[in-house]
Amino acid sequence: MFHNIGEMVTLFWRTLLALPVVWRQRKKVYDQFFEIGNASLLMVCILSFFIGGVLALQTGPFMAEKGLQNYVGGLVGYSLCRELAPVMMAILIAGRIGSAMAAEIGSMRVYQEIDALRTMNINPVHYLVLPRLVSIAIALPLLLIFSILVGWLGGAVVSAGNSRIDVPFQTFFSNLREVVGIKDVANGLFKSFCFALVIGTVSCHQGLGTLGGPRGIGRSVTKAVVNSIVLIVLMDYVLTRIMIK
Amino acid sequence: MMNAPANHSGVSVSVRGLRKSFRGQEVLKGLDFDVQPGEIFVIMGPSGSGKSVLLKHVIGLETPDAGQILINGESIDAPETMDRHRMALVFQSAALLNSLTVGENVGLYLSEHRLKSPEEINRIVLEKMETVGLKGAADKMPSELSGGMKKRAAIARALVIEPQLILYDEPTSELDPLSAVIIGEEILHLQERIGVTSLVVSHDRDLAFGIADRIAVIHEGRILAIGTPAEVRNLSDPVIHAFLHADFKRPNKHSL
Repeated sequence: MFHNIGEMVTLFWRTLLALPVVWRQRKKVYDQFFEIGNASLLMVCILSFFIGGVLALQTGPFMAEKGLQNYVGGLVGYSLCRELAPVMMAILIAGRIGSAMAAEIGSMRVYQEIDALRTMNINPVHYLVLPRLVSIAIALPLLLIFSILVGWLGGAVVSAGNSRIDVPFQTFFSNLREVVGIKDVANGLFKSFCFALVIGTVSCHQGLGTLGGPRGIGRSVTKAVVNSIVLIVLMDYVLTRIMIK
Repeated sequence: MMNAPANHSGVSVSVRGLRKSFRGQEVLKGLDFDVQPGEIFVIMGPSGSGKSVLLKHVIGLETPDAGQILINGESIDAPETMDRHRMALVFQSAALLNSLTVGENVGLYLSEHRLKSPEEINRIVLEKMETVGLKGAADKMPSELSGGMKKRAAIARALVIEPQLILYDEPTSELDPLSAVIIGEEILHLQERIGVTSLVVSHDRDLAFGIADRIAVIHEGRILAIGTPAEVRNLSDPVIHAFLHADFKRPNKHSL
C-alpha cells in the first residue's frame, strides 16, 4: 500500500513538473475536457436535483414541525455547497471518468502502445497523464457549480411542492442567500479541485501499472474507482477539519 | 533516443553478457553477439526463448540484470548514446495508437516533437505510407486495417524517425504468406536504400533465410549458433536441426 502511495505521489510530482509543457498539449486537454463534460453533465444535473430534493424532504418536515421551515433554504444550500455536492460529484466522476481513464491507459499499456510512445521518446506522463489531470482539475469544479445550482433548485422545488414543508421559492432562496456566502462556495470548489487531482492521479497510476490482459485492465479499473472513493472520503475529512470555522 | 540529426548510415550493435530474470526465472542467460552497420541480423528461436525481451533491452525498454549493450561502441546506459542514435522498434502487435488515425500514428514522432510544420508532416506521412504500400489509408483508424497493413503502418511510423537501427519483433507473425513476403522485401529494400541496420527477431524460417545477412539461433536464453544462412542451415546441432526442419511426421494425406 505504501509502495502504491509513493508511486502515486511520484507520478503527481512528475505531472506537476510537466506543467510548463501543458500549452503544447492543449488539444488533448480540450478533448479530455469535452469528454468529461459531455459524459457527465446530464448525470450531474439529475443526481444534484434529487440530492437537493431529498435533503429538503428529509429535513423540511421536521423543521416545519418545530416552526423552522423558513430555514430549510439555508440548510440545503449550505450542506450542498460545502459537503454533499463536492463529495457526490467526486464519487460520480471517479466512477464515470476515473474508470474510463484507467481503462484507456491500461489498455494502452497492455497492448504496448505506451512502449511505442517510449521508443519514440514521447514521455507518457506528458502525453497521457498531464492532459487528463489538467482537464479533470478544471472540469470537476465547473461541474460542481452546475451541481450546486441544480441541487438548490431541487431543494426549492421539493420545499415548495411538498405540503408538509410548504416553503415558497422566494423564502427558500432568501434564507439561502442569508446563510450561504461566497466563502462557502469557494470551500466546495477547493474541495472538488483536490478531489479531481486525487481521481486523476489514482486513475492514471492504476492505468500505467496495468499488467496482463483484459482481466488486468478490469482489475485496474476497479482499483482506480475504489481507491479514488476511499481517498476522497479520507481527504474530505481532513479538508473539512482544516477549513471548518 | 531519437533527437539525433538525420543520418542514414546504419550503426553497429554489440551485446555483451546480457542477463535478465523475471521473478527468479532467468530468461536471458548471458548473450554475446555483434551486428555490423547496415547488416540484416535475424535472431531465430522458438516462442519463449527470450527474443522479444532481447529487443526490448536493445531499445532501452528493459534494464538488464548484468551485461551491456553498445551502439557504435557506446553503452546505451549513457543518456547521450540514446540521444545520438536514431532507433525504432516495429512491435509484434504493431502497437499503433488506437485513438489516432493511421496517418496521425505515422506522423506522431514529428508532431509530438514539433520537428516539422503540419504541412511538411503531412507530406512526409503520405510519402512514407506510399513507400510501404499504404497509399490512401492515412485517414483510416487502426481497427479498420488488416494485420499486414498494421505491420506496414508500424514500419512507416519507424521510417519517419529516419532510423539508423530498426528492430523488428516477429514482423511476419499472423500474416499470410504473401503479406509476409511483402514485409520481408520491405526490410531488404530499406537496407539497400538507406543502409539501415536491421535486427529482426522471428521464428519464421522462410523470412530468416530470405533476408538475413547473418542468423543467430537462440534457445532457452542462450545463443546456440551465429552464421550466414548457409552456415546455419548446415549445422548438425540437434536442437537447431529440429527447429529448422520441423515438419509433420505423417505423409501428406493428399499427396499423390
